Amino acid sequence: MKKLILTAAILGLSAGVAAAETVRMGTEGAYPPYNYIDDNGQVAGFERELGDKLCEMEKLDCTWVTNDWDSIIPNLLSGNYDTIMAGMSITEEREKSIDFTQAYYPPAASSYMAMDPGVDLKGGVVAAQTGTIQAAHVAETGATLAEYATLDDTIAAVKNGEADAVFADKDALKPFAGTDGMQFVGEDVQLGKGIGIGLRKSDTALKDKFNDGISKLKADGSLNEMLKKYFGDDALTFN
Amino acid sequence: MFSTCTDPSSLHGLSWMLCYLTTGKHMMFYGSFGVVLILLAVTAPAALIFGFGGALAARSHIAPLKLFGRGYISMVRGVPDIVFFLFVPIAMDQGLEYLRNRVKCPDWNQPVWAGNEFHVCAAAKLPLNTAPQIYHEIYGFALAVVAFSIVYGAFAANVLYGAMQAVPRAQLETAEAYGMTRAQVNRRVLIPQMWAYAIPGLSNLWMILIKATPLLFLLGIEDIVYWARELGATKSQIYAYPHGDWRLYYFLALLIFYLVMTKLSELVLDRINRRLAFGQATAAGEALRKAGA
Repeated sequence: MKKLILTAAILGLSAGVAAAETVRMGTEGAYPPYNYIDDNGQVAGFERELGDKLCEMEKLDCTWVTNDWDSIIPNLLSGNYDTIMAGMSITEEREKSIDFTQAYYPPAASSYMAMDPGVDLKGGVVAAQTGTIQAAHVAETGATLAEYATLDDTIAAVKNGEADAVFADKDALKPFAGTDGMQFVGEDVQLGKGIGIGLRKSDTALKDKFNDGISKLKADGSLNEMLKKYFGDDALTFN
Repeated sequence: MFSTCTDPSSLHGLSWMLCYLTTGKHMMFYGSFGVVLILLAVTAPAALIFGFGGALAARSHIAPLKLFGRGYISMVRGVPDIVFFLFVPIAMDQGLEYLRNRVKCPDWNQPVWAGNEFHVCAAAKLPLNTAPQIYHEIYGFALAVVAFSIVYGAFAANVLYGAMQAVPRAQLETAEAYGMTRAQVNRRVLIPQMWAYAIPGLSNLWMILIKATPLLFLLGIEDIVYWARELGATKSQIYAYPHGDWRLYYFLALLIFYLVMTKLSELVLDRINRRLAFGQATAAGEALRKAGA
């Protein structure tokens, strides 16, 4: 009898754990409209809405945590949170240390922005956020790369003359167009394989769940709707 | 916060500003001042205890203890703060989780350190993955306090060690002549007198500690510098209160906060210094005696 109760209790307990699997979602919180801290101090943006939706579909209990961009991968690896949804492009370099789900954002255009339309993009000083694919690209073009910790710092660098232009994700730059004479210059560049959710390589079950959720959202068109909601009607979509 | 703030786009001038300054995000900013003050209030005594222990160990006649004290002082003082702050919390976190893993999941058969990943069973996580965010924050804060205490404790240990050496030998000899043991000499004569020599060095450390609190951000704690940067950054139309780059104003507010903190500390430390110099065989003590006479 005693054994029976114990078994039942253990079963009940493990069932309870399975039903409410907690996933800690790591993000940067400084990359609108992908992710940002809203006026109530909560994580908001495209990735918040998408992440919450995926968690709801896959019956996961998700909490959001913010982490500095520089240490976002090390803290994932040491287990401080379980996923990265921070506008992180899937690159071969990153795939060496972590795994990605399928892309939830198509390979996006990166653009230059400057105050002077005649700026020299190949020989001048170009600002980019440290550790991004854009920074790696600038280093290859022959321009002098000026690295900054956040997107805001790169914009400020152009405005105060430290850099001639900024090179970043086009959607992240859009809100700054028109402020203090900032404008898009040069050609758009396609970089990376799209944006996916970053996970530890050992978390294959979680990866399958998110992949499954993203596939469903792609199939019924709701992911495209969400993209349009946050990135405008001319946003890149999946077809 | 106020009922008039429900539609920020219709507000102008002062009322816009009032609503802006009372958003949830600003409340977190104001709260982070408390975090910094609590950190100082907890770290300062903790570092003093570490320093006291380190100084006594370094003066000890027992060889291993002496070696430990000396080693602690010179190793921690020699390592750059930033390296220490990045290393200690992660090492402690993984160490604690490793120990918990051994206790709570004895049949855990996977390697804990696999490649670049760190794996323990879910029950060994600290705090548990399911714990509310506030526990994660408190835990991170506690790790920060320990890291700060170890680093500043080493500096305090060196100051206290020097102060103990500075107490005139004649004082200790007199106590020995009365037949006091070494422990009694330490407790009754050495320690009460050494504070007068230690205070200038300790007050220096306190000032440096006040200014070192932005290092909290390295440890993932959202301190005043983090919020000032976040709030001051250019806000586009997707925010309820769009504005330009206001970081300068936020950092000016921080400047004033730090200046007020250091000024207040100076006033308090001056008083303590006067009290401790009273009756001492030092220049400051002599000046007090002459003023009183």
